[in-house]
Amino acid sequence: MQKLVVIGAGMASGRMLEHLFEAAPGAWDVTLFNAEPRGNYNRIMLSPVLSGEKSYAEIVTHDEAWYDTHGVTCRFGEKVVGIDRDRKVVIGEQGEVAYDKLVIATGSNPFIIPLPGHDLDGVIAYRDLDDTNRMIEAARPGARAVVIGGGLLGLEAAAGLRLRGMDVTVVHIMGHLMERQLDEAAGYLLRRALTDRGIEVCCSANSKEILGEDGKLRALKLDDGTELPCDLLVMAVGIRPSVALAKEAGLETGRGIQVDAQMLTSDPDILSLGECVEFDGQIFGLVAPLYDQAKVAAQTLTGEASEYIPREVSTKLKVTGCDLFSAGDFAEGEGREDIVFRDPARGVYKRLVLEGDRVIGAVMYGDVADGNWFYGLIKGGTDISEMRETLIFGPAFQGGASVDPMAAVAALPADAEICGCNGVCKGQIVAAIEAGATSLDAIKATTKASASCGTCSGLVEQVLAVTLGDDFVLPTAKPICACTDHPHEDVRRLIKAKELKSQPAVMQELGWKTPNGCHVCRPALNYYLLADWPLEYQDDPQSRFVNERNHANIQKDGTYSVMPRMWGGMTTPEELLAIAEAAKKYDATVKVTGGQRIDLLGIKKEDLPHIWADLNAAGMVSGHAYTKGLRTVKTCVGTDWCRFGTQDSTGLGIKLEKRLWGSWTPHKFKMAVTGCPRNCAEATCKDLGVVCVDSGFEISVGGAAGMELKETEPLAKVATEQEVIDISVAFLQLYRESANYLDRPYKWIAKTGGLEWIIAQVVDDLENRAALIERFDISQSVYQKDPWAERATPHYERAWSPLADLTKEAAE
Amino acid sequence: MSWIDIGALDDIPVQGARVIKTKMGCVAVFRTADDAVFALSDRCPHKGGPLSEGIVHGHKVTCPLHNWVFSLETGEAQGADEGQVPTYDLRVESGRLLIDASKLAAQSAA
Repeated sequence: MQKLVVIGAGMASGRMLEHLFEAAPGAWDVTLFNAEPRGNYNRIMLSPVLSGEKSYAEIVTHDEAWYDTHGVTCRFGEKVVGIDRDRKVVIGEQGEVAYDKLVIATGSNPFIIPLPGHDLDGVIAYRDLDDTNRMIEAARPGARAVVIGGGLLGLEAAAGLRLRGMDVTVVHIMGHLMERQLDEAAGYLLRRALTDRGIEVCCSANSKEILGEDGKLRALKLDDGTELPCDLLVMAVGIRPSVALAKEAGLETGRGIQVDAQMLTSDPDILSLGECVEFDGQIFGLVAPLYDQAKVAAQTLTGEASEYIPREVSTKLKVTGCDLFSAGDFAEGEGREDIVFRDPARGVYKRLVLEGDRVIGAVMYGDVADGNWFYGLIKGGTDISEMRETLIFGPAFQGGASVDPMAAVAALPADAEICGCNGVCKGQIVAAIEAGATSLDAIKATTKASASCGTCSGLVEQVLAVTLGDDFVLPTAKPICACTDHPHEDVRRLIKAKELKSQPAVMQELGWKTPNGCHVCRPALNYYLLADWPLEYQDDPQSRFVNERNHANIQKDGTYSVMPRMWGGMTTPEELLAIAEAAKKYDATVKVTGGQRIDLLGIKKEDLPHIWADLNAAGMVSGHAYTKGLRTVKTCVGTDWCRFGTQDSTGLGIKLEKRLWGSWTPHKFKMAVTGCPRNCAEATCKDLGVVCVDSGFEISVGGAAGMELKETEPLAKVATEQEVIDISVAFLQLYRESANYLDRPYKWIAKTGGLEWIIAQVVDDLENRAALIERFDISQSVYQKDPWAERATPHYERAWSPLADLTKEAAE
Repeated sequence: MSWIDIGALDDIPVQGARVIKTKMGCVAVFRTADDAVFALSDRCPHKGGPLSEGIVHGHKVTCPLHNWVFSLETGEAQGADEGQVPTYDLRVESGRLLIDASKLAAQSAA
């Protein structure tokens, strides 16, 4: 076996290893060094991790098992200190490794502007997972961030931090944003979109100095004297190929490590690829050319003839709601012509740059559906003279006017590129579909299309739809209902980002297709608005399901059930007498429930205010048995009575119920506290359960005992009752703030990618826990009110009675 | 036609309903977001759910029991469901609600 040493476990070298193991399994004994203490992950997806839309686990491309299977010796977290080319060894911090072939894939370093104060605590670059995690840690709602750099990375960082609730200002030295990818007009639209979501943008702004106090960051000072106060400063101004190691080893370097078309450096036993190389005077920062290089490098290693040819690249910004696309060369110049399309109302801008009869550049904002088609024309050097007049309208308008949205994709030739990152063409996807890959995930697995930045997943789905016809069912991101194209996640995010505080505002701004929604979207919107803006939004009873509007459970015959709260399942003889009297007076059927309460069934609507007044008079309040909100806290008798009890489970249950009652949640929320692991209160199938043990309390979440049966998963183990209460409040509030309407916690947890993120938010990060509790208390100041007491009034007695009784009118 | 005053428009919440008792059973009186009013039998033809307790959207109402959707204008079930709810003539005059009792009476006579 030949010995191969790879320095750097990034996306380029990772892809090269994939090709190598596929072409020559077992031929190489590979040692992989990585300065980061982890293997290869999809760096492009750090932005969704930053914004909270994805977790780290979701972006790992090679896990331990993969390295294991291919016999790779991983030396992660270990820096390489030198290369001895005479002896053919790589010198790591922990010792030497001999090589037959060496691949240098050291990537790039973020460029830190040497401003005074750049070494202050709070100034960071945006390059790897550690940077991302540092930003997430710093991103407290209300804290202020400044991002220097209005390029791709800087804007993704800004959008992510904004979604995490920070006040964000972008400082950009050039006259418009993303000047390398966008022209001025598109830059303006992008700037407006970012401003709309609350991100401040300063262009033509020169940073002068970073100001600090006691070694900690305080503000950024511009050269016009403006001071921008900040708690976090992110520098995203560019990257420099990391060449130090290669240079020291005596390899030829310019801006990057110089390689030829076979990816060989000036030493024929050493290859290099990725962001650290320079080829033909070019350096590289986007993933598509890196993957091409990976393929060539693998072929060079296996002795196959191959040649790297740089190609045109296209760019998309991964900020939800900002659609932009650019490709090719769009500078103005002699002999170049523009075709421009603008629709100010929709915020759409498209510009094509022509030279002779060929398209050489394209910039699009707002509607980027045709981007890949134009990109194909650019790459192919297609003669467009025949379709010049309708060119800007895209492929759907070439050769007959079809308005079918699928037509654009159907019209693409087999060699049209769909996935720019991985260089996957339509033909390959169609072949994969015909071979049985009939879902997006299957396509990802078999072709890698949409497996990197993911922005082409919509196109891949359209290829699926065109190829499979009616057999294709769109799997993800279903809209809430037919009134909108937005899924729940987008609506929640946009309500916050755009500060939409009323239903008409949401429906107008997000383009609802019906005048006032329907029975599916209105309850969801009503919940999202009251959860996000408890002080500003006025709850709308007409957008609530009947049970929540009438504060009782409707039964199949149109009567209602009434259930008073029994704190922690405890009651008294006096309460029981009052319940018995009410049951007789209103002719109720009496049922003991599984939640340790008593249900009175068969109450007429017009009697509701009366029975509530009677039960209120005996000191009882609504049990909210009808709500998407806190239901019961089931308890056992604990140390009060039980010979096995380890803690006061009843007392703790009552404290929890008194703290949490009245809050609205995305779906119903059931709890239990049980006094010992015998679990008489069945705490391990609740949305949140507490099991008392001798040393304290075990909190677990995400159980279910309905249509699905699920055991809870451990959230935290704590020593005091106060910690149980704090963590429960914080968990409930996080659920309130981020779950989709009608998702029980176990579904929500699955969608967030597991408990890891939630534990970080409510258990580990004490400051964040406190902030969640504070927001919960603000909401409780409005919503922790007994709805019975508010409605046991003459007004409701009237409003809930028939408007008129015509049975007494004489027949005509 | 014989118009009977059954109450004030403002007695009905916007996007809500009230019921009136008649010899034919309860009739739901709806008020939509654009202040149009409709009177329909308060009984869903599916399982008898009280339509007056449904969510009102556009000129439609969704039955609270099993989410059947009905046109308030025609009483017809929407979408894949099939069914028809009797409708009654209703109008607003100087803020008062007037229902045509002749149909109620005619039915009771029948």
